[in-house]
Amino acid sequence: MTALLHVEGLGKRFGGFVALDGIELEVQDGERLGLIGPNGSGKSTLVNCICGTLRNETGSVSFAGEKLDGLLANQRTHRGLARSFQLPRPFASLSLAENLRIPILYAVNARSTGRLAGAAIDARCRDLLGEVGLAGKADRLPRDLTQIEMRKLELARAMAAQPKLLIADEAMAGLSHAEVDEIIALLIRLNGQGVTVIMIEHIMRAVMEFSQRLAVLVAGKKIADGAPKEVVRNDEVVRAYLGE
Amino acid sequence: MRGGPFILVLIAVAAVIFALARWLDNSYAFFVGYVVVQYIVLGTAWNILGGYTGYVNFGITAFFAIGAYSSVVLHKLVPAMPLPAMIVVGGVMAGIVGIGTGYLTLRLRGVYFSIATLALAVVVQTLITNWDFVGGARGAYVLRPRTAPLIGGGYIDYLFLIMLGLCVIALATARAIERSSLGYGFAAIRDDEAAAEASGVPTLKLKLIATGLSGGFMGMAGAPLPFYVTYLDPSSGFSLNYAVNAIAMPLIGGTSTWLGPVVGAVLVGGLQEYLRVTISSAVNVLVAGVLMVVFVIIAPQGIVGLFKRKRR
Repeated sequence: MTALLHVEGLGKRFGGFVALDGIELEVQDGERLGLIGPNGSGKSTLVNCICGTLRNETGSVSFAGEKLDGLLANQRTHRGLARSFQLPRPFASLSLAENLRIPILYAVNARSTGRLAGAAIDARCRDLLGEVGLAGKADRLPRDLTQIEMRKLELARAMAAQPKLLIADEAMAGLSHAEVDEIIALLIRLNGQGVTVIMIEHIMRAVMEFSQRLAVLVAGKKIADGAPKEVVRNDEVVRAYLGE
Repeated sequence: MRGGPFILVLIAVAAVIFALARWLDNSYAFFVGYVVVQYIVLGTAWNILGGYTGYVNFGITAFFAIGAYSSVVLHKLVPAMPLPAMIVVGGVMAGIVGIGTGYLTLRLRGVYFSIATLALAVVVQTLITNWDFVGGARGAYVLRPRTAPLIGGGYIDYLFLIMLGLCVIALATARAIERSSLGYGFAAIRDDEAAAEASGVPTLKLKLIATGLSGGFMGMAGAPLPFYVTYLDPSSGFSLNYAVNAIAMPLIGGTSTWLGPVVGAVLVGGLQEYLRVTISSAVNVLVAGVLMVVFVIIAPQGIVGLFKRKRR
């Protein structure tokens, strides 16, 4: 197996606050990685640095053997990185189907392979909405959606870019037990189609069920990385979550 | 309707309007028609950046006056130059300024972008006021030919025809944008720029296209102005009326489609002209302001939006 994503010595500060400090992370092709950590530990900052929304000051990010440093967020999306946002950020004035059309037009069709046109785009939008159970609402606006539907739309839009790596940033926060199961099943199905998935989550049940490997961030440092069952028994991790 | 037939329909409508004005044979009809059609172009230009992409430009007069003053310069240097060529030059000049402004200011978002464009209008006005070659603060006279080239009749007939042609081009462009991937990209930027980038939209490039097109069409709308007014000075070229109307008309008509600025310009422009003649020439500024406030409250999506919502 080759490393699909390779993060080396990544550091990011906001003024005097060190948000990330020398993060090392490797994700193998086809893997399901869970990323956990207390609030404010730098998980979302790490995602933003990997995806190009924020610029890291030190270190570098490589994806599929290519250095991403200096590339804009949209250029990283072209190369096969996709992310969902922690708080859903739908395109509010566009219908659900049109929401998915954006990444198809600008990410999929920007690649040299697999361009879609006209009716094929419509069909693909509806297929994707069907996969997340939103087929019946294709022509509705995002404001008509419930919280879980909004999260599904967020995931569907990330999937529409046909990524090699999908980063789901707290896709399940605030959802009910059954809804969490739905999202896990969706992500595992996606992984089965060959997409590498990084899941950032607070809900431990979901993380343990989903992850093949678990990494833990605390105060901008990675303190553990390994098999989920061993990581959650790690003394440092227990101390970070529960205190002395 | 596909793009080709749509342009043919636009041309047919423009031809009918022109034939009607000719049949009326009243130069006042041409003067009014010119103003309304000019506002359709100006409103459409503003809408490409403000309505589709969500960046509110207050510096309309900068681009409009760049077009107008480039015609003044060309008229002094090459008096024989035909008007359509001047319009192209004016449009290119304003488009370049648009792209330049876009590059410098588009890292600013929301209200900060708007303030920067307002500053641009002041800067350009100061430059023009202090540039002696184009008349400076005194203004410049542009003597227009007595009769129209090619079509005969008064020169105002010709100006109206040119502006109608420009309007057809602007509307066809706006509608083509709406239906292309460019339009979807603009909408994504308007709704959420970070999410647009994460979806692969090259936001900076698209915003430069929007500022370039928008500025270019404003410049083109301004290029025939010196021939229309025959005397152009900074205070009339940079009149606040242009800026207020170019924003109010799309907002009143509806910013989401090409039809919005048309409806807004015909309604507001027509009403202003009616009041100017019947009540007083000062009241027309009030109309745009009052209507804009009313529409922001009762129909934030404009008149076109009102009808669309009923249909849904």
